Amino acid sequence: MSGQASDVPPVRLTSGTVAIGGRPVLRGVDLEVCSGDFLALMGANGSGKSTLVRALTGLLPLTAGRIDLFGTPIEEFHEWRRIGFVPQRVGAASGVPASVWEVVASGRLTHRRLFRPLSKRDRAAIDEAIAVVGLTDLASDGVSQLSGGQQQRVLIARALAGEPELFFLDEPTAGVDLANQITLASSLEQLKARGATIVLVAHELGPLAGLVDRSVVMRDGRVMYDGSPLADHAVHHTDYGESHAHHHHPDSSRRDHLPGVASPFEPYPRGGQ
Amino acid sequence: MDLFTYGFMQRALIAAAVTGLAAPAVGTYLVQRRLALMGDGIGHVAVTGVALGLLTGTSPTWTAVVVAVLGAGLIELIRERGHANGDVALALLFYGGLAGGVLLTGIGGQSVALLQSYLFGSITTVSISDVLVTMALAAVVVVVCVGLAPQLFAVAQDQEFARVAGLRVRGYNLLVAVLAAVSVTVAMRTVGLLLVSALMVVPVATAQQLTRSFRTTLAAAMVLGTLASVGGLVIAGFASYHARVAPGPTIVLLSLAGFAVTWPVGVWLRRRQRIRAPFPGVIQPVGHEPADTHPHQHGKDCGHVAVPHGDHLDYVHDGHRHAEHGAHYDEH
Repeated sequence: MSGQASDVPPVRLTSGTVAIGGRPVLRGVDLEVCSGDFLALMGANGSGKSTLVRALTGLLPLTAGRIDLFGTPIEEFHEWRRIGFVPQRVGAASGVPASVWEVVASGRLTHRRLFRPLSKRDRAAIDEAIAVVGLTDLASDGVSQLSGGQQQRVLIARALAGEPELFFLDEPTAGVDLANQITLASSLEQLKARGATIVLVAHELGPLAGLVDRSVVMRDGRVMYDGSPLADHAVHHTDYGESHAHHHHPDSSRRDHLPGVASPFEPYPRGGQ
Repeated sequence: MDLFTYGFMQRALIAAAVTGLAAPAVGTYLVQRRLALMGDGIGHVAVTGVALGLLTGTSPTWTAVVVAVLGAGLIELIRERGHANGDVALALLFYGGLAGGVLLTGIGGQSVALLQSYLFGSITTVSISDVLVTMALAAVVVVVCVGLAPQLFAVAQDQEFARVAGLRVRGYNLLVAVLAAVSVTVAMRTVGLLLVSALMVVPVATAQQLTRSFRTTLAAAMVLGTLASVGGLVIAGFASYHARVAPGPTIVLLSLAGFAVTWPVGVWLRRRQRIRAPFPGVIQPVGHEPADTHPHQHGKDCGHVAVPHGDHLDYVHDGHRHAEHGAHYDEH
């Protein structure tokens, strides 16, 4: 899936600034996500991590700065099928019953043309996405009857169905019990093994910790730390707690990211040679 | 049976069938977006449109279409920009539409009785050209609602996801609003502007008592809408030999009766499904808790619900889950 030249980073944000209602929420953020990265975006509530993801997916306009997705400025970017998005949600239900299969099938829309039925290829991708999150047995059940953790897995399957190369997940583990978090982690592990690039917003990594190979910590709309994975408690360390002592992270040069400890047997998808 | 040989009755039957088919198709998307009352809001706005038609001497159907479409667009605009919830936007339009309609009728010197035929429908007075317009508009509504179902479903289900998938969310929202406005004016002659929302929402509410997927809900709602619409008209037709029975309210009440019948069935089905759902597999047994003296022998035909639990069956009765363990039963 990741056959493209790896020198074009999937995401490049240059001095990105977002203001909501005149108040700056993101200030001069630089971020480059390389192909194959598993990046955890962390920080306290209100630190701007969700805003950053919403800006990167085009849901919020930048006040200043620029975003390039796969080398194309976001304003001109149309290859949305390369991007999978799992929004922050309490559940996947809506006013009318919908089956798991139907919700996941809506993730396949990026590959479909108007007034055309699903192709065999589409159906196979949808079935596979449901299998990856382990919900095959529940595929024809209504989403509203599933538990919160299962609904979160439905939303991940929906993003998977489009077979994207770059994933944005906004707090997929929030309010999800440990057993479901473990299933979720194994789904993401499969994605990572296929060479997908993953940007994950999380408060606490939990079972996902082993997969992460780069942590970015946000504080007050700025990037406070960008480097090798941090443990959950380190994110809340006092060094990152005082926003004015560390105005900008001065070091924005690229680092070599070593693979995470949990997957020592897997070849690192990017430049391991 | 000579009721069906009258020309007005044949035209009325066609009009009822196509509105019954089209209104729930749009209604499904409105209910999905939790905007069930949007049809009602647009109906109230269309009152102003009808009054405008009566005042200026043009066809009230077409002025109603235009004003209803504008009103629907306005609801979307207020929802998106005005920092108001959908229901607040609807409320604003409710009052404005009805007040404008009554005011304009007064200025035009028209009797309220004329306006009333639009408020509560007058299906037995539709002309052949009315029927043709109704059929054309209903066909557009059904083709778009069914043909663009995957896109409309995705947008109504999760707007943010749909935007990141590259769909033009605002365009689709506006499309649903316009379709709703068109179906309101289509149904105006059948059930009238004040009851139009019922035909859009009640069949959907009835259908979802029994369905688990969106597609079956949409299809079932369209079938139920057609049945209620045609059935209500026929009932009203036969009843009118004995008393003055208006078709519009009859259609709505028949539709509601359908909901009243399905409701307990839905409650029973959901309860049955919940009780029979397999228990999650045992990760680690919490401990061994034998049941109290238990003279009853559970088995295949013992009458208690047997629910799969990991590698065995739990028998559910009186708030207990009993699993066989050697000579006794365990509480699971």
